[in-house]
Amino acid sequence: MLEVRGLKKSFEGHEILKGVDLSLEKGDVLAVLGPSGGGKTTLLRCLNFLERADAGTMTFLGQEMDMPSLSRKDIAAYRRHTAFVFQSFNLFANKTALQNVTEGLIVARKMAKREAEERAMAALERVGLADKRASYPNQLSGGQQQRVAIARAVAGEPDVIFFDEPTSALDPELIGGVLDVMRDLARDGMTMVVVTHEMSFARSASTHVLFMDEGVALASAPTGEFFKEQKLERIQSFLRSLDRKDE
Amino acid sequence: MSERVLDILISSFPRILGQGLLVTIPLTVISFALALIIAVACAMVQIADIKGLRQIVRFYIWIIRGTPLLVQLYLVYFGLPDLGLVLPAFPCAVAVFALNEGAYCAETVRAAIEAVPRGQMEAGYCVGMSYIQIMRRIVLPQAFRTAFPPLSNSLISMVKDTSLAANITVTEMFMTTQRVAGRTYEHLALYAEVALIYLLFCTVITWLQRLGERKLNAMNGGNVIRA
Ligand SMILES: Nc1ncnc2c1ncn2[C@@H]1O[C@H](COP(=O)(O)OP(=O)(O)OP(=O)(O)O)[C@@H](O)[C@H]1O
Ligand SMILES: [Mg+2]
Repeated sequence: MLEVRGLKKSFEGHEILKGVDLSLEKGDVLAVLGPSGGGKTTLLRCLNFLERADAGTMTFLGQEMDMPSLSRKDIAAYRRHTAFVFQSFNLFANKTALQNVTEGLIVARKMAKREAEERAMAALERVGLADKRASYPNQLSGGQQQRVAIARAVAGEPDVIFFDEPTSALDPELIGGVLDVMRDLARDGMTMVVVTHEMSFARSASTHVLFMDEGVALASAPTGEFFKEQKLERIQSFLRSLDRKDE
Repeated sequence: MSERVLDILISSFPRILGQGLLVTIPLTVISFALALIIAVACAMVQIADIKGLRQIVRFYIWIIRGTPLLVQLYLVYFGLPDLGLVLPAFPCAVAVFALNEGAYCAETVRAAIEAVPRGQMEAGYCVGMSYIQIMRRIVLPQAFRTAFPPLSNSLISMVKDTSLAANITVTEMFMTTQRVAGRTYEHLALYAEVALIYLLFCTVITWLQRLGERKLNAMNGGNVIRA
């Protein structure tokens, strides 16, 4: 469904992504793991054109696109099929939870207000926050904000959702609620790319793992294989260091 | 206070206040509304980095902020007729006040827009909105909340600055007072009187500002907290 070949990105002369390939089928949950600074966020941002790749081709729903030269109009069209969940939530501060979800539907997708609100309420219900529809972001906890952000992502009925460390900015006791919502989505067959440091989530909820280190996809494998039959010393030591942190 | 002074004060009060309501306030309101339009336009040109226009805007702001308001008034009212451009006093004052305040407010508005976290823009893009849509519906409303107190400040300054229009023959509140004072020689009492009326106007604006802030806060869910 989504395939990327030879994705490159430099910042100020430093090559951050050195030709990354990835491929997703419908219903896949791809966990992107790797050490800090390895280029995970940059990869995800390039995938949604928040950063412009220097090289790379993308095939999405059968359409091949040249990433560096894709027109603004085509990017907008592509984005109507995708959604992004940020580490820092980025809910619209001047909109209520409900309006955060309806905004894109009404303004970008020209949906009738009533229909948008119905869809938004269904999405809020799905993340367990229907009762917070009238709250503004700064009246919600971080975990609640992130769940509203997920509702906003889901409401557009995207073909794929990108998550950039969705729980990293949360207090430990709020992480579980967000991960539960994401597990739910995965179970319902949503295609997801999830940058995360939550190994238990990666192990239990993802179907595939992509390991990023220094701008290179060091490994890309089905989840079971990745964790059980890991031969690369670099990855083994990364996983061990996380296990130690968990203790 | 002698009975004469009291009589002068009482009889001049409706005249001065009336001129305030008929000239000072409209002059302020019209000029400030235009200034806001100029300010938002200039801020947007700078934020969106529109080539060519950006330099013009920087130049305009540089000129306005680097020269005295009174000199600007003289230049336009007494200077431009030398080039064959004669404007009546009131429109002249409106133009100068709007252009002057617009330059200052442009910086206020620009700073307020830049204070809106970049993530707001990115989130807008990700739900499919266009730059213009995000600006209008997400960024500018938040920037407006930030800019509201300093803009109120500018408005208060402008109410008082309109007294400078007396220099170019606009018969606003201050000039009216000067005339009465010139006739009666009761300078202290009359200038104190007009000062009190300016104070009254500014107090009302301050009060409206509070009201506006409360309303804007309610629309953002309490105090705006930004990480
Ligand atoms: N806008 C930018 N300008 C310059 N350098 C950048 C920019 N964005 C990222 N980088 C650099 O790119 C490298 C990779 O960053 P990236 O955020 O993609 O890593 P990451 O794998 O997401 O790390 P983390 O786990 O800490 O989030 C870093 O060295 C970072 O400094
Ligand atoms: Mg990151």
